[in-house]
Amino acid sequence: MSEPLVIIGNGMATMRLVEELSQRALGRYAIAVIGEEPRLAYNRVLLSSVLAREVSRNDIELKSEQWWRAHGVTLMYGQRATAIDADIRRVKLANGATLPFTKLVLATGSRAIRLNVPGMDLPGVMTFRDLTDVASIEKAAETHRKAVVIGGGLLGLEAAYGLAKAGMKVSVIHLMDRLMERQLDARGSAMLKAAVEAKGIAVHLNAETAAIKGHHRAEAVTLKDGRDIAADLVVVAAGIRANADLAQSAGLEVGRGIVVDDRMQTGKAGIYAIGECAEHRGICYGLVEPAYEQARVLASHLCGRQAHYDGSVLATNLKVSGVSVFSAGDFVGAPGTEQIVLSDPGLGSYKKLVIANGKLVGAVLFGDTADGLWYLELIRSCVSIAAIRDDLVFGRALAERSLPKELAA
Amino acid sequence: MNAPAQHPPAVRTTCPYCGVGCGVLAKPDGHGGAVIAGDPDHPSNFGRLCSKGSALGETLGLGTRLLHPMLRQSDGTMVRAGWDQALNAVADGFAKTITQHGPDSVAFYLSGQLLTEDYYVANKLMKGFIGSGNVDTNSRLCMASSVAGHRRAFGADTVPGTYADLDEADLIILVGSNAAWCHPVLYQRMIANKRARGAKLIVIDPRRTATAEDADLFLPVAPGMDTALFCGLLVHLADTLAMDYEYIDAHTTGLPEALARAREIAPDVMATAIATGLAPADVVRFFALFTATAKTVTCFSQGVNQSAQGTDKVTTIINCHLATGRIGRSGAGPFSLTGQPNAMGGREVGGLANQLAAHMNFTPGDIDRVGRFWNASRMAQREGLKAVQMFDAVHRGEIKALWVMATNPAVSLPRAGFVRDALAKLDFLVISDNVVSNDTVKANAHILLPAAAWGEKDGIVTNSERRISRQRPFLGLPGEAKPDWWIVTQVARRMGFTEAFKFDSAADVFREHAELSAFENNGARDFDIGALAALDDGEFNALDPVQWPARAGAPKADTRFFADGKFFTPDGKARMVAPEMPRPQADVSNDFPLRLNTGRIRDQWHTMTRSGLSPRLGAHLPEPFVEVHADDAQRAGLHHGGFARVNSPYGSCVLKVVVSDGQLRGSLFAPIHWSDETASSARVGELVTPATDPFSGQPESKATQVAIAPVAFQYRGFVLSRARLALPAETWWARATINGGEGLLLATNDAPALWRERAAALFGAQAEIAEYVDEPRGSYRMAAFIDGRLVGCLFVGPAEAALQWDAVKLLFESEHMGEAQRRAVLSGKSTDGLADPGPVVCACFGVGLNVIRAAIADGVAANVEEIGKALRAGTNCGSCLPELKRIVANGRIAQTA
Repeated sequence: MSEPLVIIGNGMATMRLVEELSQRALGRYAIAVIGEEPRLAYNRVLLSSVLAREVSRNDIELKSEQWWRAHGVTLMYGQRATAIDADIRRVKLANGATLPFTKLVLATGSRAIRLNVPGMDLPGVMTFRDLTDVASIEKAAETHRKAVVIGGGLLGLEAAYGLAKAGMKVSVIHLMDRLMERQLDARGSAMLKAAVEAKGIAVHLNAETAAIKGHHRAEAVTLKDGRDIAADLVVVAAGIRANADLAQSAGLEVGRGIVVDDRMQTGKAGIYAIGECAEHRGICYGLVEPAYEQARVLASHLCGRQAHYDGSVLATNLKVSGVSVFSAGDFVGAPGTEQIVLSDPGLGSYKKLVIANGKLVGAVLFGDTADGLWYLELIRSCVSIAAIRDDLVFGRALAERSLPKELAA
Repeated sequence: MNAPAQHPPAVRTTCPYCGVGCGVLAKPDGHGGAVIAGDPDHPSNFGRLCSKGSALGETLGLGTRLLHPMLRQSDGTMVRAGWDQALNAVADGFAKTITQHGPDSVAFYLSGQLLTEDYYVANKLMKGFIGSGNVDTNSRLCMASSVAGHRRAFGADTVPGTYADLDEADLIILVGSNAAWCHPVLYQRMIANKRARGAKLIVIDPRRTATAEDADLFLPVAPGMDTALFCGLLVHLADTLAMDYEYIDAHTTGLPEALARAREIAPDVMATAIATGLAPADVVRFFALFTATAKTVTCFSQGVNQSAQGTDKVTTIINCHLATGRIGRSGAGPFSLTGQPNAMGGREVGGLANQLAAHMNFTPGDIDRVGRFWNASRMAQREGLKAVQMFDAVHRGEIKALWVMATNPAVSLPRAGFVRDALAKLDFLVISDNVVSNDTVKANAHILLPAAAWGEKDGIVTNSERRISRQRPFLGLPGEAKPDWWIVTQVARRMGFTEAFKFDSAADVFREHAELSAFENNGARDFDIGALAALDDGEFNALDPVQWPARAGAPKADTRFFADGKFFTPDGKARMVAPEMPRPQADVSNDFPLRLNTGRIRDQWHTMTRSGLSPRLGAHLPEPFVEVHADDAQRAGLHHGGFARVNSPYGSCVLKVVVSDGQLRGSLFAPIHWSDETASSARVGELVTPATDPFSGQPESKATQVAIAPVAFQYRGFVLSRARLALPAETWWARATINGGEGLLLATNDAPALWRERAAALFGAQAEIAEYVDEPRGSYRMAAFIDGRLVGCLFVGPAEAALQWDAVKLLFESEHMGEAQRRAVLSGKSTDGLADPGPVVCACFGVGLNVIRAAIADGVAANVEEIGKALRAGTNCGSCLPELKRIVANGRIAQTA
């Protein structure tokens, strides 16, 4: 008989977990997926593309309803879990129903941080996390022309791009002195700023939001330095926070997220967390690839195999059409590291590789990101790059051609 | 009426490089250039050309040309002047100096690049009207020892044989001649004989050159010991009774003395082997081959001539040929291969300080004869100063006014640094040349006169086999350039010698030259081209290549001399002369333990002012180098590909080290071509000893005592630029012409960070700069673009991993650079054969559009899922899935269409 496995959250991590489980032990678990959003799981990464009308809403659905059925999953979307009884091993839903489990996976994701400044409640102030947000923004965009995006990180820039493509006049205000400071070095950020501005988006750096002004709805964002930036639509993309309330009230350890071990298990046996809601070795990942890796490890574990998650070397790709950005590892270059830099402003191209002890430890690519994954592999595999150092930055094809044949194989 | 020809016909002319004198067909392209081909009808080359000749079309640009007369102003600047002003200034300058200091205070220094007509008027002006013998030429550096050897043995400067002898010989001996590189077309003729007829080839050279590759016997003779080898041969011929005693008795004198001296120098095989440093078995084989082969031609070139005992070397070779009667016969004879296109023409007109004119000498009879013929106002009564001595006199201040035509003595003369200093001391230095700048021009020119160049000049050259050929113009005169004969004629008229210099054309000059050769000759002198004195302008223009003698009224029959045993000595007999004991002029010492040999490389010519303009030629050996034997390299701490300073008592150079087993121990070789125009520190002439041969005055350019020591450069690299760039003084560099610009190979101890600072300003402020920086590794590379065109680049990296410039050069030359190529340009490597993945579609896995399209086209994937399986594209974040769908849809359309 199948064990009842309950997954709370119906996003990308859940989809991948189901997929991985079905490949390893189809039928071992009777899977129930509880999702708050009233729709099938979709690709959240593409929200800005939807906003930009580069893809349609239907295009971003991850799997069809039939796929879920075929994988033996009971989909309970549009439903909210309200409590976990960890000892009795059941989940309570908002509609009063109770789901017993032998294994529980929390894949609740994260939500946008809302700033603690006056005016955040005004109509026209929105976040950008799900399709409902997209719908709200689209609706607002029908009647309003001036948007401010608070936050110049990955999500904020993708939102700004979507808004600009949707025809709005967009400003990005960013607390730090450079865009995407968590993924790019100063030079990459400067190039990104130029590229973003070239798309008609105004960028304000070192800009701390003091308040949202407006009478009946948002009219302007007031900065700490006193400047007002007119806005009738404000999208807050100033960071995310793990959705861990449910876990917390169930008595699970929560730091930045739900604390898990290398098997993605929380402090309670049989209860796991993956994706953006999980905190592994002190880190909450906000990207899809670590979630997929975690799903793979957990699937193996749930199938009784040895599997460990050792954390992810982060690689970032910005999904803004025509602006290719990639970074991985120690992209800034800690003291004692060495750097190789290749730049060609005429091609809008910049590459920096960070090397420590003869190994690649970080990379920033701007413009030409084709070899990003190769660099990521080199970073992860910790192999010596001494033999290809002089060609490394020119990409895999050229570098490996220069190697003696026995090494290139 | 005829329509103008769409394609002008090819003009038949003669190559301006070596003494082979190949016929060239030049077809002007209408844009200042020409398509070059060998002239199949020319009897010296039958259509073949060497690498240098083939590349002549690449050397016709005007970028480096001097196009207007220039006069130095009192503030030191050179300012353009009109011809009248310039010619008056030249005439006044010489006239004043002569008035104040006498005729021997002035001199002309000429060139084997001049045409016979140019040479003739310059010689006539100096020796007949200024009244000094101070006319010498760079031919002094080239074949003066052959001239002296010929005159001593034959009573005249006569090359007995003809190129056909190389086809007919059974044994060809090359002494001190890297003919494979320096006379390639003749060399190929020898090789053809070897292949077709089985002729044997012996190469005698201290250095294993390219010529030695095909040799049946290579004899790496110790420097300067050729004399011992041929003395040993003469003894062997005597001891084996292999001489032609009838010929000796009838037609020679001096054998007993010559043989006695030979026995002192090399009495037997062992003594010969010891003196020459050769294996006894090789000496035996050499003697046996010579003895047994009646049809033997011995060709000799600079290895023989450029020696303080060059005349004796020539003599000992000639002695062996006279002793066997192997001279002037089909397939037999001593054969001097001259270096320059018109060295022979210079000898014919008397363009050397120890000749008068038309193979006449400074004897009372000849002086009187020439004086009468010229109606000379002031005949020179004695020999003038030969090149090295001439510049000594300049340095001492005795010669105060000098006219240099078509040569670059500040580079090419021995002790070139001293020569440059000497030039700076002159009161008056006139230079007629093609180029606006060279080391001599920079030394101290007061007046620059723009001379016509090859392709524009009209006149005569004579090659090594006494064949007179036309150099014909196929391009117009650029700017205000004028032929040299015209320039000299104009100056002569302005000095008051109007009657004697009434020439209005090259043909006028040539007719007088031909007439003088026949004047009171009657067979007394070898050089007689009286048959050509009556050519009208049309006949002169149409003149086919012709060998001298060409005596008026005599049937054109034999083209060889001396088979009849008649020589041009007073008694009509050839002289066999006893040589001095062979030894280099200066001994090596602790301070200077090695001997420096100098020479040419295959694809360059002299100081590169012409050949250096060709990108093809510059590609062969782009850096000045010194060849060292491995043992010497190890002793001095040198490594192949590194750098070394070569010091002599006279100067210093820094050259790239080539460790070569072709080098004898104790002996170095460096090519002569580089100057301050083309390299930072490679004026090899500066190193060379000024010691000269007592008879010929030819310098010992191949045996200077030197020392060598390593020079370390931490970084090496290169620069490519559209315009000429100057590098910081402490940088080692060598310049080469490339298509569309110039290349500089460099070595430096300046850190890449410093080069990075310099780079910003190298190619103009408006340039867009792409950079590659790997400071810990010591690498800096940059490329500058203007409007997408690569206008320059700089590569500097660790010396031990220096990048080659070939791939970048190709991109630089191609003018059009694709994006994939541009992305890789700073790698210094070619992108050929590398697949271009196209713009990235799947950012997570770096999958490009071209790769995806290929997978669809090849049937590997038909839908998005299969693309994911095959290429992983779209299987991570999935954000490219919509695009993948579109690509699949478009691919289907494309496939069904």
